[in-house]
Amino acid sequence: MTETLETLATEKLALFPEESNAHLPHRRHLIDLDDWTPYEVQRLLDRAAYMRDVLADPTRRLETLRGRLAVTLFYENSTRTRISFELAAKKLGADVTNMTAAASSVTKGESLRDTVETLQALGANILIVRSSQSGAPDVITRYFRGAVVNAGDGWRGHPTQALLDALTLQLRFGTLANRHIVIVGDILHSRVARSNIWSLTALGAEVVLCAPPTLTPPNVADAYTSRPVPGTGAQRRVTVEPRIERALEGADVVMALRLQRERQQAGLLPSLREYTMRYGLTMERLQLTKPCALVLHPGPMNEGIEIDPDVAHSAYSLVEEQVTNGVATRMAALEMIGLAMGTVGTAQ
Amino acid sequence: MTTQPILLRSARVVDPSQALDGPGAVVIADGRVLACGLAAGSELGPNVSQALAQLEADGRPARTRDLPPGWVIAPGFLDLHVHLREPGFEAKETIASGTAAAARGGFTTICCMPNTQPVIDSRATLEYVLHAAKGALARVLPIAAISKGENGAELSEMAELAEAGAVAFSDDGRPVSNSRLMRHALDYAAPLGLPIVEHCQDAELVGDGVMHEGAISTLLGLKGWPAAGETAMLARDLELVRSTGARYHAAHLSVAGAIELVRAAKRDGLPVSAEVTPHHLLLTDAWVAGERTGPLADALTELYGEPLPAGPRYDANTKVNPPLRTAADCAALLAGLRDGTIDAIATDHAPHTVVDKEGEYGEAAFGISGFETALAALLALVHTGKLPMATLIAALTVRPAAAWNLNAGTLTPGALADLVIFDPDEEWTVDPAHFASKGQNTPLAGIRLRGRVRQTWLGGQIVYDAANAS
Repeated sequence: MTETLETLATEKLALFPEESNAHLPHRRHLIDLDDWTPYEVQRLLDRAAYMRDVLADPTRRLETLRGRLAVTLFYENSTRTRISFELAAKKLGADVTNMTAAASSVTKGESLRDTVETLQALGANILIVRSSQSGAPDVITRYFRGAVVNAGDGWRGHPTQALLDALTLQLRFGTLANRHIVIVGDILHSRVARSNIWSLTALGAEVVLCAPPTLTPPNVADAYTSRPVPGTGAQRRVTVEPRIERALEGADVVMALRLQRERQQAGLLPSLREYTMRYGLTMERLQLTKPCALVLHPGPMNEGIEIDPDVAHSAYSLVEEQVTNGVATRMAALEMIGLAMGTVGTAQ
Repeated sequence: MTTQPILLRSARVVDPSQALDGPGAVVIADGRVLACGLAAGSELGPNVSQALAQLEADGRPARTRDLPPGWVIAPGFLDLHVHLREPGFEAKETIASGTAAAARGGFTTICCMPNTQPVIDSRATLEYVLHAAKGALARVLPIAAISKGENGAELSEMAELAEAGAVAFSDDGRPVSNSRLMRHALDYAAPLGLPIVEHCQDAELVGDGVMHEGAISTLLGLKGWPAAGETAMLARDLELVRSTGARYHAAHLSVAGAIELVRAAKRDGLPVSAEVTPHHLLLTDAWVAGERTGPLADALTELYGEPLPAGPRYDANTKVNPPLRTAADCAALLAGLRDGTIDAIATDHAPHTVVDKEGEYGEAAFGISGFETALAALLALVHTGKLPMATLIAALTVRPAAAWNLNAGTLTPGALADLVIFDPDEEWTVDPAHFASKGQNTPLAGIRLRGRVRQTWLGGQIVYDAANAS
């Protein structure tokens, strides 16, 4: 399953843990998955699957990022994602330090460019960025000579989340081709949904988006179906179905998204109560899917709002696996960009 | 001081105000146009010959200047909508740098918006601007605010501002959201004979949108600005015009629905005029994603035989208010220009500092620095047969002048000798670092355009000469 992967039809793409890092995509940055071919996604997932075994041995450390300084630059709080990246980087041998905007000169009005150039001057080779602003990682690549990894930018993308979600699903299903995956919740504001749409459709899945009309992005189905999958030219399959019972028909997977309470204040929803009544993932709704669908949630969960506690803690829930797979996925992602950087000590 | 009269001869003189388009000449004396006319065969036309003869008789023979073949003479352009940023935001632009940029773009008369600091809502500030513009490289006609401080709450002293030299009223940068105040403004301004200029934006519908609401905004995860945010406000305004009969001018329209509303309003005989910007005619929301589609991209692809390279994603130089729209909107704007629904092309020149435009898309300022690329970008449509040259020049000269009753945009004998000479075929690459404007914020950086201003004349003096510039 090495040189011939790229000749396979998408239907045949399935998980094979990969011992060699020689087949990772050659990419300098990881910003989003819109331009990834199905083969690149599969290569990364195969490597991430192998990283799970590496992680099983707590004393084992890889050397890919030895001599590199990775800085997590988080403009939005997220302890779990930051820790996940930090662990991944350290497992690859990198030095890691963290910068949270709230505790930095950003509060004194320092611009993104100045912050990034300062970190560069301090020797950072890799910036792992989370921002409330869509496009922040793209802007950073204009001023930063090293590698940029998107840990979530505004509503736009969260590629490592999408990759760990795909890994989690491939560990259960093997191939995702023709799988029916429903994403329920506030799609409009969701970077997790957007990145997942790219990778899931690239791997041949059908994605159904289920959200209240006010939380459905404009022209969303069209936006994705009009952009063929790179490498194969296949059309992405994305549809919108606002009624959850209809959306769940035939679903293999349901991904519930967190609902922010602020959406009600912004006039987008009449009440959280109505949202839960119409879109909450209850065991009753879940059992409309036959055989019973598996459940994903990017976390943190609002139990009782978008997902019922009994669903979240049921045998169908893959939430804990998602978290575990997160470190392995981020290891593969950081290894990919580490390899693209060339040898330590060379100017980029 | 009297300088020698000049005879400028060209293979193409285009002056829509006199229905001229062909080989011809212009005679300039004492800062004014003495004569202007098309050639008669290989001879100068009768008006021009007569004027030259008269000058000879007066002992002041004209010096002849034959322009290189292909160069065009037209009246200096009139821009109804610019931001000179002074007073208050001199880091972005000053009246001096802004007028220098205007001259470089062929604009000889420019109307500056009042959203300065302080706002142009008093005689004192208006007179400051007029004073600062004395001796500048373009004529500056100030637009005064509709409301004090553009606060949308109280009318400014419109009568005094009109007397002091305002040519129109606007709260540009923002709409007049309060319908009652807009009605009072229209009523109050009517006897002053000056138009009310509206920036059509329903603030609630638009919210903190940063680009056009559509498939691209969805993919980029950016908050969208629905087309209805413009049309809803325009529709409200047109109803108020209907009931007050005051003169109204719609600034920078960007969507097909807005063009349709203006068309219907004109059909009903309402005293309405409208403008569009070069960027709304030529660019699309896809440029925000780095995908260069739309009329300019199509025209340049046709001219050069190769597509434009992709641009940067989330380039804040594409961020503008109203936002870049879809190709269908561009087509509707062009149709509106061609059928007369749109009266004027105005740049909405909006310079910003580099810092204001280098950060995250959501944080960046809105605006495009447009003077120095306007003509060349628009000529792409002329070169590919999408827009006749005469229609383009008219939209930059006689039609805006007529819309606001201004003395500009014409080479009629007696008019000030404000003209532009351009080479429609010269190719050059847009390099904002070489702009005269302090604002380097253009989405066209690095793009090769075909068409270049060679000289701009103001009152018979050359205020810009490409031969001297870098």
